[in-house]
Amino acid sequence: MKGLSLFLGCVVPNRYPGIEMATKLCLAKMDIDCVELKGASCCPAPGVFRSFDTSSWLALAARNIVLSEEMDRDILTICNGCFSTLADANRILKNDPVLREQTNGHLAKIGREFRGNIEVRHIIEYLHKEVGPDKVRSFIERPLNIRVAVHYGCHLLKPSRERELGSFERPEFFDELIECLGATSVDYPDKTECCGAGGGVRSAQREDSLRLAQHKLSRIKDANIDCIVNACPFCHMQLDAGQEEIRQRTGIIYNIPVLHYTQLLGLALGFSPDMLGINLNVIKDNKFIGKVENE
Amino acid sequence: MPETSSSDPELLNRLKAACKDTLKCMQCGVCSGSCPSGRHTALNIRRLVRKAARTTDVLKDEQLWMCTTCYNCQERCPRDIDIVDVVLTLRSMAVHEGIMLAEHTKVSELLLEYGHAVPIDEERRKQRVELGLEEMPLTVHKYPDDLKEVRSLLISCGFDSLLDNKGKRNAEKETI
Ligand code: SF4
Ligand code: SF4
Repeated sequence: MKGLSLFLGCVVPNRYPGIEMATKLCLAKMDIDCVELKGASCCPAPGVFRSFDTSSWLALAARNIVLSEEMDRDILTICNGCFSTLADANRILKNDPVLREQTNGHLAKIGREFRGNIEVRHIIEYLHKEVGPDKVRSFIERPLNIRVAVHYGCHLLKPSRERELGSFERPEFFDELIECLGATSVDYPDKTECCGAGGGVRSAQREDSLRLAQHKLSRIKDANIDCIVNACPFCHMQLDAGQEEIRQRTGIIYNIPVLHYTQLLGLALGFSPDMLGINLNVIKDNKFIGKVENE
Repeated sequence: MPETSSSDPELLNRLKAACKDTLKCMQCGVCSGSCPSGRHTALNIRRLVRKAARTTDVLKDEQLWMCTTCYNCQERCPRDIDIVDVVLTLRSMAVHEGIMLAEHTKVSELLLEYGHAVPIDEERRKQRVELGLEEMPLTVHKYPDDLKEVRSLLISCGFDSLLDNKGKRNAEKETI
């Protein structure tokens, strides 16, 4: 198996840098061969740019993939949107000679070429398949005795015919990665439902988008959990910053801590909440931090 | 700019060709029944599928932009219609007709300028340093030559010209 290159995207480095730090700390601690993918751009975001124009969406995605091809490394994504764009573009360009030729025509102008010899991975499916919950468990220094509401996010699982990660209606792999850290993954209604951010809806139809988030958050609140854990910084932003936006509009206060999986993993591996940037969320909850640290 | 009305036969033909799969639809409503957005917004995906290959008015329908592309409908459609692909096709046809929401024009301008749809800000630069990361991420933000490549690609694809239409036309609330 090839080594990995870490693709950052936009939201992680530019809005939630704690997730970038958490990812780097975890990968190093678990001795996973991963270097930074330097010079990458926006994936580009599927909800907006794929909606607008296929050729530019493919060309920018191809460039990001080519940067990793040139290092002979598979790409590791930590965002469902980046995964969606890069995995879909990689598959399309590998299988469709016409689109590949068109895209390579654009890439030729910057002296690059898509060859189609690497894979695109998402950190959740990578950890589950290539490392496995048992091995992840062996790295733990601080077992987490907490109740977690897992939020898979849509594009990790779907379209299921391309993702090949099992049932999209009742998936289990992400829950297993949470339970191997000592935590309980709590079942709740509409667990696999959308957070409302994708498809360019959060950016252009904020009120509509927040109604979906509110539905999801109310389901989670009723499940009596300590935190939400997600696999995507865009879902993360929607469920974290969205809580404050909902409070301003409706007065409803959820106050639920939101963690990217790498931050939860980082806690279990013994890193402090500050090192993982958990304090940089919009929603800050000292009770949660205290509970984790005093276990 | 071409008029997006049913009186534009050339556009209608392209629409019919791009969305011909939707003619398999039996209007069962599994898609709209599975749609999280439909529960909270005006989106009625069953109706959009019905309109898709029939009228160019569908391109002006604001509902097109309420879909989060969650894929529930596509996964469950008993006629195996790739509904999200249909939505993406309709959206990009709309954009090529000059119909783009104002916020989406802004995001596109950011991509052209910075190579990021969400560029860094002062607050996060500070946070990065405090975390022990480099102040600027090692993306196009850090490497101007890479940003140049990204811009060249976007221009080579004509992405910049899509934005020239901004403000001329917007999606409409209701078309039926
Ligand atoms: S689920 Fe499929 S067949 Fe049924 S109404 Fe929707 S698009 Fe048509
Ligand atoms: S993909 Fe869009 S239309 Fe289909 S169920 Fe999800 S939000 Fe609704």
